[in-house]
Amino acid sequence: MSTTTVPPHVRLANDIAVQFHHHTPNRAATEIAEHIRSYWEKRMKEALLAHIDAGGAGLDELAVRAAKLLRP
Amino acid sequence: MSLLKEPDYGTPAREGAATVELTIDGMAVTVPPGTSVMRAAAQAGAAVPKLCATDSLEAFGSCRLCVVEIDGARGTPASCTTPVAPGMVVRTQTERVGRLRRGIMELYISDHPLDCLTCSANGDCELQDMAGVTGLREVRYGSGVDAGANHLDAPKDTSNPYFDFDASKCIVCSRCVRACDEVQGTLALTIDGRGFDSTVAAGAGVPFMESDCVSCGACVQACPTATLQEKSVVELGMPTRSVLTTCAYCGVGCSFKAELRGDELVRMVPYKDGGANEGHSCVKGRFAFGYASHPDRVLAPMVRDSIADEWREVSWEDAIGFTARRLREIQAEHGTGSIGAITSSRTTNEEVYVVQKMVRAVFGNNNVDTCARVCHSPTGYGLKQTFGTSAGTQDFKSVANADVILVIGANPTDGHPVFASRMKRRLRQGAKLIVVDPRRIDLVRSPHIEAAHHLQLAPGTNVAVVNAFAHVVVTEELVDREFVADRCEGFAEWTEFIARPEHSPEAVEEITGVPAGELRAAARLYATGGNAAIYYGLGVTEHSQGSTMVMGMANLAMATGNIGRDGVGVNPLRGQNNVQGSCDMGSFPHELPGYRHVADDDVRGIYEHLWGVDLRDEPGLRIPNMFDAAVDGSFRALFVHGEDIAQSDPNTQHVHAALAALDLLVVQDLFVNETAKFAHVLLPGTSFLEKDGTFTNAERRINRVRPVMAPSTGKHEWQIICEISQAMGYPMHYESAAQIMDEIALTTPTFAGVSFAHLDKVGSVQWPCNEAAPDGTPIMHKDGFVRGKGRFVETVYVPTRERSTRKFPLILTTGRILTQYNVGAQTRRTANVAWHPEDLLELHPHDAEVRGIRDGDMVVLSSRVGRTTLRAVLSDRMPVGVCYTTFHHPVTGANVITTENSDWATNCPEYKVTAVQVALTPEQASIHEKPAERPVTATERART
Ligand code: SF4
Ligand code: SF4
Ligand code: SF4
Ligand code: FES
Repeated sequence: MSTTTVPPHVRLANDIAVQFHHHTPNRAATEIAEHIRSYWEKRMKEALLAHIDAGGAGLDELAVRAAKLLRP
Repeated sequence: MSLLKEPDYGTPAREGAATVELTIDGMAVTVPPGTSVMRAAAQAGAAVPKLCATDSLEAFGSCRLCVVEIDGARGTPASCTTPVAPGMVVRTQTERVGRLRRGIMELYISDHPLDCLTCSANGDCELQDMAGVTGLREVRYGSGVDAGANHLDAPKDTSNPYFDFDASKCIVCSRCVRACDEVQGTLALTIDGRGFDSTVAAGAGVPFMESDCVSCGACVQACPTATLQEKSVVELGMPTRSVLTTCAYCGVGCSFKAELRGDELVRMVPYKDGGANEGHSCVKGRFAFGYASHPDRVLAPMVRDSIADEWREVSWEDAIGFTARRLREIQAEHGTGSIGAITSSRTTNEEVYVVQKMVRAVFGNNNVDTCARVCHSPTGYGLKQTFGTSAGTQDFKSVANADVILVIGANPTDGHPVFASRMKRRLRQGAKLIVVDPRRIDLVRSPHIEAAHHLQLAPGTNVAVVNAFAHVVVTEELVDREFVADRCEGFAEWTEFIARPEHSPEAVEEITGVPAGELRAAARLYATGGNAAIYYGLGVTEHSQGSTMVMGMANLAMATGNIGRDGVGVNPLRGQNNVQGSCDMGSFPHELPGYRHVADDDVRGIYEHLWGVDLRDEPGLRIPNMFDAAVDGSFRALFVHGEDIAQSDPNTQHVHAALAALDLLVVQDLFVNETAKFAHVLLPGTSFLEKDGTFTNAERRINRVRPVMAPSTGKHEWQIICEISQAMGYPMHYESAAQIMDEIALTTPTFAGVSFAHLDKVGSVQWPCNEAAPDGTPIMHKDGFVRGKGRFVETVYVPTRERSTRKFPLILTTGRILTQYNVGAQTRRTANVAWHPEDLLELHPHDAEVRGIRDGDMVVLSSRVGRTTLRAVLSDRMPVGVCYTTFHHPVTGANVITTENSDWATNCPEYKVTAVQVALTPEQASIHEKPAERPVTATERART
């Protein structure tokens, strides 16, 4: 009985991304990025970007796209 | 104040302009049409004697004590049942009516024990009063035991833990029966027998505790004699003074008169002028206040260096000094962002405001979140996105004008009982009811109420259902075109989306389990049945798509024009007493008070200027983020204000791991709760009876909470926060809670007109309360939405990650019951345990049978994250494959089972869907040849 091993920032980013799959990829990426910008604490955003830098395993494609928009 | 007795006008007020003029005892009086002569007389200052009438109930006309003479009318009509007429001339005090009244009183008294001097109601008995008012001097038939046949030996029913029924004192006025019918809507009481033999009976002659009675107290309130009397009055005597305050249990926010004798609280009596409850109450607010003086309460601060150590009682100074020093040390070592706080929806607005101020101004970060995270954060998100502000649209009264009531994922009769009574009254008058819930809640079928549609959807498919509703509205041309064109935006895009065939009831039937025909009929009813109002609860928000569902309901209301007037709207039924307020007060990590984002420079500027500090413009950590960061080591200290997160939050193992990883956990609470087991500092909190401040209920109503007694801990909670802030080097000082509200009003436009002085004057106000709306705002979005145009949002249904599997084939959903409250810390410390001694698992008989489980067996409930043991009760309220439990008792720890899944937008936990397995405990299996260990009683079963 173990909890999931997916890191929280990956799980949470995927949860957001899947809600925007019905939009075009560009619009989806913008909305996901906007959501993360508005609601995520700094260290979570940093962890997400670091995860992508490390290959982005298990991350929704749209979340990866969105994360690009979050980079300074 | 001395004992407050509200005037009783005998019959209810009638709405409308006062246009009927009449003369009563020579005085001219003008009242609305439909008013009774009795009420008009009372208004004119010529109160008529009465026994069977009281102004919370419609007139009944049985005692005939209220007879009057009316010029031109035959005989002596009863003034309670006679409506006024223009030009009527009434005489209330004539020799003839005086004689009649004395005769009636004589009969009553002859069958009444004449023990006034030793009776518990002495001084608060209408029979006694009326004997005086009518001038009764002698009783010709003999009285008390000397009279002929009588009821003086009738037995006493003491089965209810809070009130007694002493039938010997009953005058059979039926006020109790009518209160139970009209006010509460439970219909638990009847008058058995006829004439002299008639008596009041709970159900089929069973004791109160075995009847349908839910112990709301309405009958006790209505009883003119000592027949139905609070046990506390019997024990302690009649109270002598009152303090007006607000219930601290649920989001209804009922107003009460706390009645004391000296310094001792004798009883809580619902206040007639209370905006939320108008004189009604439920078992919790009315009776379950004993926890406030429970011996388990912590009254002195305690400290320990490690959670393995014993607690040390210390002075306030030491506790505050220790807390401040450790917080600063941890920040010095691990960074500004390594500490944070959780505010509580149980505390006052003023207390919440200072906690978030401490985090932002003193901790220097935005790591503040509220327990509303785990209940109604999706409401905040969803309603803000669509309507522009995070609040319900109506006042409670509005339900009286609804024609169609759509209840989604809420169980008002248990969760919001006093509001439920209003709703049931409207339903008995003929409004149509649609219930969307996996469980057959009581409302679906109760006395004189039957839902037109009960859509028993599979847990987790709310969005598919609401989309199908909207699909029907759009494709069957049921849209309110004018409303949408004038008031909304994004409609064309949304229509294109929602009209797609995949949203049709037929297409989603397989996912939701709701028959398409039934769903279509329900959608048509909602769209065309007149004023349609949505009421929803945690069955909407506590899902992976909680926020999406809130937006889906907002879409539906906008498309049908059901927003912005009486009788309609989208209304969250808030859980705890101050969920609305704690959210309003800026305790979300991304929002300052009044739902303004921390990135907004102008808003930050207001506070930076006033507080003299720079504020962070990036959101802080949410509660689940705090737990994650604690586990990974970047978050080291947490201040938990009045919440038991170790019990209430999902995935207990993860929460415990996070709490155990902290360098410092400060808990402020009334009791050593589950969370305190991980704490280093325990600061004793104040009960609602000691607080001075305000609570904001689910209808945005700001109610005063007035101190009934001084803090037994020696300090108000806001004072403690100020002192910690000071000790951390930031000067924070207020003279009073009123001064904190003044600062809230100064900085928050929606609260600009609020002050304690104003509330003391008007009773309560619903925000926004400011220059534009000095009397507050009962109904929002009347002429335009707060955000300008209402915004349609495309709500795609995304199934939850949580699925039933071979290993965990059942879906568990959670809820609560009437007599218990949340984690039960308060209600478990009252006689309310009589109704709910333990959490039960409701299991469908079919699911039970295939597992060899019988009613009352102990079972193991397991999910992929944990397991717990509890008692099973078989019930077909749930569909096959779905089981249900409550989370009121720590021994069960239902959250050991719940997972890390959460709402995508707000991280509100997905409490309502967990894949589980249920099996007999090994002990139970081994004794299975014997009868079930403790059969579940009828009372408990009725309450599940
Ligand atoms: S306490 Fe409430 S529910 Fe019970 S009998 Fe009285 S009015 Fe009815
Ligand atoms: S119990 Fe009280 S309210 Fe009910 S009939 Fe008797 S006297 Fe009237
Ligand atoms: S309905 Fe809620 S606020 Fe009212 S008395 Fe009951 S618990 Fe208290
Ligand atoms: S008060 Fe009017 S008949 Fe009883």
